[in-house]
Amino acid sequence: MIDFERVTKRFGTWTAVDAVSFTVAEGEFRVLIGPSGSGKSTVLRMINRLIPADEGAIRIDGEDIAALKPEELRRRMGYVIQSVGLFPHWTVERNIATVPGLLGWPRARIRDRVTELLELLNLDPRRYRGAYPHQLSGGQQQRVGVARALAAEPRILLMDEPFSALDPITRASLQAELSAIHRRTGTTVVFVTHDMDEALRLGDSIAVMDHGRLIQCATPLDILTHPASPLVRDLVGREEWGLKRLAVETVGDRARRQESVTGEPLASGTPLHRALSEMVARGTERLPVVDGDGRPAGVLHLSDLVRPAPGGPACSGPGPSGTA
Amino acid sequence: MIIRLPLHNRVALLMALAAAAAAVALPFLGFAPNRLLSGRPVPLWTAVQGLGGAMVLITALALLATPFLRPTRFGLGLTVAAGGLFTAGLVWLTGAQAAVLAQGASAAARTSFASGFWVMAAAGLLTAVDAARRLGLGAVGRMAVGGAVAGLVALQLASGHLDSLSILKEYANRRDVFADAVLRHAMLVATALLPTLLVGVPLGIAAHRVQAVGRAVFPVLNVVQTVPSIALFGLLMAPLAALGTMLPGSGISGVGPLPAMIALTLYSLLPIVRNTAVGLDGVPAPVREAARGMGLTPRQIFLRVDLPLALPVFLSGLRITVVQAVGLAAVAALIGAGGLGAIMFQGLFANALDLVLLGAVPVILLAVAADALLSIGIAAATHSIGVLPGRSAP
Repeated sequence: MIDFERVTKRFGTWTAVDAVSFTVAEGEFRVLIGPSGSGKSTVLRMINRLIPADEGAIRIDGEDIAALKPEELRRRMGYVIQSVGLFPHWTVERNIATVPGLLGWPRARIRDRVTELLELLNLDPRRYRGAYPHQLSGGQQQRVGVARALAAEPRILLMDEPFSALDPITRASLQAELSAIHRRTGTTVVFVTHDMDEALRLGDSIAVMDHGRLIQCATPLDILTHPASPLVRDLVGREEWGLKRLAVETVGDRARRQESVTGEPLASGTPLHRALSEMVARGTERLPVVDGDGRPAGVLHLSDLVRPAPGGPACSGPGPSGTA
Repeated sequence: MIIRLPLHNRVALLMALAAAAAAVALPFLGFAPNRLLSGRPVPLWTAVQGLGGAMVLITALALLATPFLRPTRFGLGLTVAAGGLFTAGLVWLTGAQAAVLAQGASAAARTSFASGFWVMAAAGLLTAVDAARRLGLGAVGRMAVGGAVAGLVALQLASGHLDSLSILKEYANRRDVFADAVLRHAMLVATALLPTLLVGVPLGIAAHRVQAVGRAVFPVLNVVQTVPSIALFGLLMAPLAALGTMLPGSGISGVGPLPAMIALTLYSLLPIVRNTAVGLDGVPAPVREAARGMGLTPRQIFLRVDLPLALPVFLSGLRITVVQAVGLAAVAALIGAGGLGAIMFQGLFANALDLVLLGAVPVILLAVAADALLSIGIAAATHSIGVLPGRSAP
């Protein structure tokens, strides 16, 4: 859906993005990660032409974005930034209604959409519709920021470190909500972060950047098990590597389906590191698993946690040789 | 037996003491056989007579009690009322006493406000203003208090109650020129404001967008601000006079409204340009970034984001400009621009202090009214944008 072909951006003599090529598939949740100055934010901001590319081509659904009017391009995408940037002189409702208003939606449709989005982001519409941004907490402001980005039902959502400034608890709940929204709407997401835990938790695929180059593009599991360079290994971190490894798979991936055991069951979507924690807490080596509808889905054994898993599907696009 | 009164309002106490001292020790009015001779003092107690005098006395006693009122809504409201009514009552007393003094005196006799009146009126007003602020009244509320006092004085003016006062006799002599002077004064300010806005706002926007513009413009405007007004009027006379001789029939000359307008415009530019630029600088960068990222065009960003967010700071610049221009326009009378300044200077040169007052009081009222109106505008604009971090109006 989004294609970068040998895209380069220079600021003066400094090359911020160096002949980067990659593809993001329709509906994919792609995380861009890397140290400061690696070019990840520049890549993101080139997708909606806040920064023009110097060389190469960026295509969306095969259409070169350089041929489009920047404003029209941007109205088709959601855009969320770390500092939120809500309009302080507009109510929450008017903030969320920005892009639908620009697109000329009828009033009633905008109003319904605002209600729907506030509910989606767990903000009571009756209470928050008429509130001003300065009356909201940081977490609530970013909820409105995400709602505003989703307002016109964009097929692409661009997010530049959206949760970095939030406290850990608020960040975790917003991450969970974003995951749920992504699953439900199938929106293609490009998400910039410098936090590997966040990348592993959210991404279908992770693109690691350094010095303007794409050095690895792979699934979270591959990033953990086959880091392409010392930098990627450093980003993942050696500390608690095993727990991070467990966090990218779920109970349902490893449970023995034909078995059963008594006890408080775990949902099949629970990450494996949580299951390990439960086993330690309960003093047991076996836990019953249930599927999304609460039906028995087998048993997870402690020994299953150390069983090596096969590699996941490869990251779409050129992958590790993305700079070629 | 000693009664200890609980003191709640130090400002009111200070004002009450000042008013009491002025009532006893200072002359309330001055009475002179004509406007060139200095008058004999008329103390307050000879002026307090009849039913009206008794009512003023009641407000005076109320004012003396205000320092000991508890700062509740009721107590502060009473303080506002006492201060305002006391001031209006004093004005009423001056009119009544002037009428008494005018009986049996020649038509040339003059009754003028004396120091005691000024101190007491100021004490009453300040007490009311201070209490209104403690009450938490906004710009509109404070203006309503000021308007109520002004209204009481205006009623007395309209009824003819104050006609025996010297300042109104001066007014009666110049009835025809007075209205003209007020209008001309206001026109002078308005005609200077128009070019100021036409030049200053674009210049402020340019200074915000291009640093080099600001670096070039602000030092020049700062220097202009430091040139004394009379010197600037003088500096403009020579080139404009020369221009007038070069273009006969153009109506350009070194004296009159044109140099005044140019000088007022030059003075007015700095606050307008600076506050336009500072207001725009204060718009948070993430807000602009988000607006751009959502697909607002540059024009939409300017109209929907920059303009409303910079408005309060811009309006406070406009307030400085207007209040400053109202005052400077008075000085412009020196180069023949007319207006209320002309009346003031006539009075100065004729040593007729009441004539000076006839010019000065409307200048003050114009400035105060402009200040109050723009304060309401600023309050409304600030309220509508909520609280912005890291912003403060200069």
